[in-house]
Amino acid sequence: MFKCKTSPEVGGMGHSVKRKEDARFLHGKGNYVDDVKLPGQLMMVMVRSPYAYAKIKSINKEKALAIPGVLAVITGYDLKEFNLHWMPTLLSDTQMVLPTDTVMHQSQEVCAVIATDRYIAVDGAEAVEVDYEPMKALVDPYKALDDDAPLLRPDKEGQEDNQIYHWEKGDRAKTDDVIAKADVVVKERVYLPRIHVASIETCGCNASYDKDTKKLTVYLTTQAPHAIRTIVALVAGHVGLSEEKIRVIAPDIGGGFGGKVPVYPAYVVAIAATFLIGKPVKWIEDRSENLVNGFARDYHMDCELAATKDGKIQAFKVSTLADHGYTDSSANPSKFPTGMFSICTGSYDYEHAFAELDAVYTNKAPGGVAYRCSFRVTEAVHAIERMVDKLAAEIKMDPAEIRFKNFIKKEQFPYASPLGWNYDSGDYKQTLEKAMEMIGYDDYKKEQAEKRAQGKLMGIGICTFTEVVGAGPSKDFDILGIAMFDSAEIRVHPTGKALARFGTKSQGQGHETTYAQILAEELGIPYTDIEIDEGDTDTAPYGLGTYASRSTPTAGAAAAMAARKLKDKGRKIAAHLLEVSEEDIEWEVGKYFVKGAPEKSKTIQDVAFAAYTNIPPGMEPGFEATHYYDPPNLTFPNGAYICVVEVEEETGAIDVKRFVAIDDCGNVINPMIVEGQVHGGLTQGIAPAMYEGIVYDDEGNVLNGTLMDYLVPTAVESPHWETGHTITPSPHHPLGAKGVAESPTVGAPPAIANAIIDALYPLGIKHLDIPITPDKVWDAIQVAKAKA
Amino acid sequence: MIPANFNYHKVTSVKEAIALSTELGEEAKYMSGGHSLLPMMKLRFATPEHIIDISKIEGLSYIKEDGDMLKIGAMTTQTEMEHNDLLKENYPIMGDAIWLTADPSVRNVGTLGGNIAHGDAANDQPALMLAMRATVVAEGADGTKSIPIDEFFHGFYMTALEPSDVLTEIQIPKAKKGSGGAYVKIERKVGDYATAGVAVHVELDDNGVCQQIGIGLTNVSAVPMRLERGEEVLRGQTITDELIAQVGKIASEDCEPESDLRGSEAYKRSVVDTITKRMLNKALERARQ
Amino acid sequence: MGKHNVTMTINGESVTAEVDSRLLLVHFIRENLDLTGTHIGCDTSNCGACTIMLDGKSIKSCTYLTVRADGANITTIEGVAAEGTNSHLQQAFHDQHGLHCGFCTPGMIIRSMDLLKTNPNPTEEEIRWGISGNLCRCTGYNNIVKSVQQAATEMAKEKEASV
Repeated sequence: MFKCKTSPEVGGMGHSVKRKEDARFLHGKGNYVDDVKLPGQLMMVMVRSPYAYAKIKSINKEKALAIPGVLAVITGYDLKEFNLHWMPTLLSDTQMVLPTDTVMHQSQEVCAVIATDRYIAVDGAEAVEVDYEPMKALVDPYKALDDDAPLLRPDKEGQEDNQIYHWEKGDRAKTDDVIAKADVVVKERVYLPRIHVASIETCGCNASYDKDTKKLTVYLTTQAPHAIRTIVALVAGHVGLSEEKIRVIAPDIGGGFGGKVPVYPAYVVAIAATFLIGKPVKWIEDRSENLVNGFARDYHMDCELAATKDGKIQAFKVSTLADHGYTDSSANPSKFPTGMFSICTGSYDYEHAFAELDAVYTNKAPGGVAYRCSFRVTEAVHAIERMVDKLAAEIKMDPAEIRFKNFIKKEQFPYASPLGWNYDSGDYKQTLEKAMEMIGYDDYKKEQAEKRAQGKLMGIGICTFTEVVGAGPSKDFDILGIAMFDSAEIRVHPTGKALARFGTKSQGQGHETTYAQILAEELGIPYTDIEIDEGDTDTAPYGLGTYASRSTPTAGAAAAMAARKLKDKGRKIAAHLLEVSEEDIEWEVGKYFVKGAPEKSKTIQDVAFAAYTNIPPGMEPGFEATHYYDPPNLTFPNGAYICVVEVEEETGAIDVKRFVAIDDCGNVINPMIVEGQVHGGLTQGIAPAMYEGIVYDDEGNVLNGTLMDYLVPTAVESPHWETGHTITPSPHHPLGAKGVAESPTVGAPPAIANAIIDALYPLGIKHLDIPITPDKVWDAIQVAKAKA
Repeated sequence: MIPANFNYHKVTSVKEAIALSTELGEEAKYMSGGHSLLPMMKLRFATPEHIIDISKIEGLSYIKEDGDMLKIGAMTTQTEMEHNDLLKENYPIMGDAIWLTADPSVRNVGTLGGNIAHGDAANDQPALMLAMRATVVAEGADGTKSIPIDEFFHGFYMTALEPSDVLTEIQIPKAKKGSGGAYVKIERKVGDYATAGVAVHVELDDNGVCQQIGIGLTNVSAVPMRLERGEEVLRGQTITDELIAQVGKIASEDCEPESDLRGSEAYKRSVVDTITKRMLNKALERARQ
Repeated sequence: MGKHNVTMTINGESVTAEVDSRLLLVHFIRENLDLTGTHIGCDTSNCGACTIMLDGKSIKSCTYLTVRADGANITTIEGVAAEGTNSHLQQAFHDQHGLHCGFCTPGMIIRSMDLLKTNPNPTEEEIRWGISGNLCRCTGYNNIVKSVQQAATEMAKEKEASV
């Protein structure tokens, strides 16, 4: 296990110090976007389409404008004057800011009402009269490529059908060949439904343009403030918004989970409105706007897994249909239209794999949000983990045994995966063994056999996943061409206290504590003496933001590297103070001392003071350092999760009896925070496994667009989570850390699904798509019984 | 989500409420706890011109046994009922239902009268009232009226109450020796409206013969539903597993659920069968204690 | 339409204002009084981010008209403890890592205050059901349960000491 180098007071890595950011949240002093009230504040409310696909025949603003306090109604035509009615997406598609003639999904923004007050703005939105001519919506992605499907995007030059792109990776011919010759092949269509991050704070912005200074300030619910600043400059540069005059501030964020990475149309409208009016314009999404717009997942995956009859995996093939809605607004790295989906070969050692994907347009909201997973890893892991279980069941092998048989071995790292990743480190066997021991796997197997003999339904589900996080190395990873590095800037003050700023942005992950701990580890300055600042593009160094579990792998590494630059400078200052040569100075956490004479020493605080007061001749004064960290590789956190369930045949009710999660995220900065992240991710894993999913009817209407029907788990649905760790440090990360927050969201759904399907297997049920709800279980049981 | 404009009126007596409601006419709505009406107003499904706040009327919040009746004031909150010793001791069916209704903060505001007067088959209390043979007492322009629960629910959000009637009290036959009740609902997650719910109240004589039986169903029909055909099977009988199974089957046949996000019609009929049997057994167990 | 004078006590201070009939209590608290610790998460009384204490009971202020609070005694998160100090619950949420993004935290703490008042020694199950009207998307609830347990223990100790 990891051994702490620092005392609890210094609070470096490995200490479960309490969070520094808590005080303001506990006393109601958090400062979220809707809490920001500016002089002359105006409010904006969007009018949204009731139809999934319709022509807009007219928009009548008159009744709205007649309401005292309604100042403006902004339509697509108003934006068209400035060529702002469309905006590019990160993946070379285009998205309407406001429509001029057609709405493409239910709840799409149609126009915006600006008023002096929130209530008046809502009244204004109710009073706008829009005349629609509804059209037959394309809802089923499997019909998107039919000959008689409507062409949804005639606005795009050269677009002749509804396919957005085809992507593939691996060797199709060889994979097909191995599958054709294999002893055993299991097949399944695995669907990961459209879901929503549903952070408790919805999205919003408060945009303020000063016509005199030409400065635009935008308070925004964003996980990536710098990227947004650059996007605004690129999209609106032609109207005179210049990047140095744009300040994006991400204040406290009430949960992000990927949902606060995209640029939503209303942000652009609010910016346009303040630009025109010269007063601050605030837009805060209500919950239904939030749930109906933006989504994650929605992959239909046709999987084939081939193996020898004794369970040695030989090849994996997956062909996916991706429903992107009416535009591809995925916030992925540019060269990765399907994100990191090619991690789908999993934790297993075999040679042949092929993955392909067709993305199509439908009349649904765009999104493609990387919901608490590093761009499509959840989909990939669900596919392989379901298939491995299906294979085990097919050849009547224990699901743990089949995993042990196929795991990449510890000594095989770094491991080149069949689809091109270079896994950095792991000890999958040890991790699964630990999970089995902790839950008491063998005892549950016995209990299951007994229960099955009594006709009771009990299931044990395993998921042994490999994540890929920390995007990423600049040779492969960029957003709009900007390399996906991240940054840290440290200023140590004369009294030895410090301020450090980062290009990332916490949304609850606890950066103000963990970054301070990294610096405490490196510099020996107590974490309590270090202030952490993020989110303001006028003050923080450029960075790509917080998502894809990248903060620790990138900005955390940058913090360590910047601290090491400071330590090097400090060594020179210490040598000067101790009147010895630099080569004679040694370092132990918090102080420099003379080799062979440890009583002769200077603390980091002494050195910091000297950097401002007693500078060695010829040295630049001050004690500051900045580092932009370009990771050499991604990191590959992994884990073994085991879930035990009982299912009641009569009602389909599912009872999660136990859930054990063993995570290997490399070296741990703050075990308390890591455990908290795992707990939270697990609840966000049980959510799509058993409760959540956006449901459309045949007309493209969302049927569960409020939290009455979109079933975010409460403390009652959320089981008591049991967690543990193994540690195989990342060999290339300066701290040996890997990132953790997304592992549980990725690993929990297949563990739960596998457990439920294992419970139902004696009835002849071999697969169910998530969310696996009691009524779905009951329906499946009736079908299975009718067959039998 | 913000309600449309309306005029708010506070009243402090039932008389004042009735007079004001009569004066303002159809565009006026009473608001008690507000947890049924205000969400509909925020979604602009309801846009009343006037809201008459009856929550400040004194003297309508009580739980007492009086003669052979249990009397609960209409403005009694669900939380007050949850923590009431008399209900805990003698009417455990109330606790069953309240524990499963919305959540504690909503129950702090939501009232028994509001839950019933809303006329929503998805609310939990109507099924209990049907099972327990409650009488709804209301004051109106034409004086006090007592409405047997069987005549109370008329349709989707429609009840026997005239627009200006104020529901003031619920009367339930006092718990006797040998009586017991139970309620459960299947819900997608805690606090959800029922996928299906069943309330059972049973009274046994000294020989264990069923003298009185009431079965009410939640959210499996447009109007809160009493399972009369099932009750008839049990009344006057020594209740056996066979009879219970028969009533479960009747419940699944007589309910009128629709397929929706909570499940298919067939699933709902099946769970109604299951939980009807379970609640019959639980009510019997309580009756025999 | 319809203006009304209301007077109420908020966090120990008397407040008088003229408000519209339809003004929701959560907006009055956040926008008229600038007490922004009370949040809005769902608009449909499902999430509990807007939970405040009204006359000693936790309520969802997004589903409560301001005019109805005339004469009420209200506590928001800002009034839970004197500045610079923590209530037992605030301390416990800090100690047990019962919060991540902090958005649900004020409502969660107010709700837990009411829970511990009516049930000073709750089981884990009673805590989970007791906070079931307050959604948290970050913590997975394990540590919120532990926070409420710690606060219950500390409050019991304090009560014992004062007897």
